[in-house]
Amino acid sequence: MWEALVQPFAEFGFMRRALLGCIAISVGATPVGVFLLLRRMSLTGDAMAHAILPGAAVGYLVAGLSLGAMTIGGLLAGIAVALLSGFVTRVTALREDASLAAFYLISLALGVLIVSTRGSNVDLMHVLFGTVLALNNSALILLCSIASITLLALALLFRPLVLECADPQFLRAVSRLSAVTHFTFLALVVLNLVGGFHALGTLMVVGIMIVPAAAARFWAISIGGLILAAVTIAVAASVCGLLVSYHFGLPSGPAIILAAGLAYGLSLTFGPTGSFAARVHPYRHADA
Amino acid sequence: MTYAVAFQELTLGYDRHPAVRQLDGEVADGSLTAVVGPNGAGKSTLLKGMTGALRPLAGRVDFGTCTRSDIAYLPQQSDIDQSFPITVVDLVAVGLWSEIGGFFGLRAALRARVDDAISAVGLTGFESRPVGSLSGGQLQRALFARLLLQDARLVLLDEPFTAIDAKTMVDLLGVVQRWHGEGRTVITVLHDAETVREHFPETLILARDLVAHGPTAEVLTAANQFRARQMCEACVGPPHDCGRHAS
Repeated sequence: MWEALVQPFAEFGFMRRALLGCIAISVGATPVGVFLLLRRMSLTGDAMAHAILPGAAVGYLVAGLSLGAMTIGGLLAGIAVALLSGFVTRVTALREDASLAAFYLISLALGVLIVSTRGSNVDLMHVLFGTVLALNNSALILLCSIASITLLALALLFRPLVLECADPQFLRAVSRLSAVTHFTFLALVVLNLVGGFHALGTLMVVGIMIVPAAAARFWAISIGGLILAAVTIAVAASVCGLLVSYHFGLPSGPAIILAAGLAYGLSLTFGPTGSFAARVHPYRHADA
Repeated sequence: MTYAVAFQELTLGYDRHPAVRQLDGEVADGSLTAVVGPNGAGKSTLLKGMTGALRPLAGRVDFGTCTRSDIAYLPQQSDIDQSFPITVVDLVAVGLWSEIGGFFGLRAALRARVDDAISAVGLTGFESRPVGSLSGGQLQRALFARLLLQDARLVLLDEPFTAIDAKTMVDLLGVVQRWHGEGRTVITVLHDAETVREHFPETLILARDLVAHGPTAEVLTAANQFRARQMCEACVGPPHDCGRHAS
């Protein structure tokens, strides 16, 4: 058992790198996912993950599989889509979900077109599904930097962000931080998606952001508790997913997200708050 | 008499459709004013315009010597996400925003003021309860505690007594009377004419246009209320000059 659990990480550097990368993504992206979930913007994360594709693709066209070029391209595309959809919402009758959906679908189509016309299927697979088992030092530094920036920004903006979620009208009445908070948060979403797509790809990265956050909802009720539970689930899913991928020769990204999905299934069945079990036995704790 | 807020040909609305039209008038400093009118009369819109959340389509709101931090606003309950996992003490404590801002923690002295405000609205013991577990009346008490901490010169309340029990309403009316006694200006959107007659010395009747504004005993008449209803019903059609000449 020990060998099955530890040996892959002890023996192979690429597994240790993959684990460190996944932990960095878990620590940075999952708290952002918790706030997305609490703001009822879970699908916004999915939309933004698709929106970064043309930027990454243009970066790839310019410089090949370059970490820097693809990161900057993805960031610019993600922020452009966020700002454009926000602008359209403010100046037209279209709601934010509809304008975001339109822009991200256009963006996705453009990205796939660029990659598939100028690159190979392997390149397309790299962008869509990532290469968590091939993370180099630069990629790890990028992921750890993004996690650090995210935690720092969330710590600084914690109170305005909570208020922006719970009572945005009050925040707008007492402070001018509302817009700053909203756009900083969107920038954090894009930043984490762009960082994460190097490891998990544009399609899978949103999974590590949202699925653990959704699972955490059944284990905690405070914001701090939700973030702690979500990060713990994400790290556990990363370890389990990488091990399953190693032992059974499966792709790592989907294995990690499926492990998080398993945690979600167990949480919604047996979690102490709001789960099926808690609804069937709502007063179980009183007997303890 | 000085004014706390003055309206100068104020027109407010959404998507260029006016909900309040060419409102003129002043609310006296230290007054306790009820804003009444039928549904769709523009009462909540007027309050949003006063908070700055809604920019005037025309005209202006003049706050005299009041600044942004001198204004406290209680929106309708539906604007607050009760499913969001914050506790009563967290919700109330942000009333100290002008002192703690977005980044500073609660010192012991400030925490004591939060506890005092929670106690003043009868919610002692509920400090650690999630906001989502509160009843409508308890949530309204918590929001009043937050207003107490804001210590504002101008307090704007949007239908604060809707869907709460009689005891809570009496307690919260006591808080409103206390603010009035302290010389603060309170403007409250209300539906119940009896509550207005009993507790609010001034009344502003709105039906998109101003119907009447002055002492409640003179203004809140059956004729004015009937006229307000007629004016609002006339506005159901195309937004032209509807109802302005209703009599």
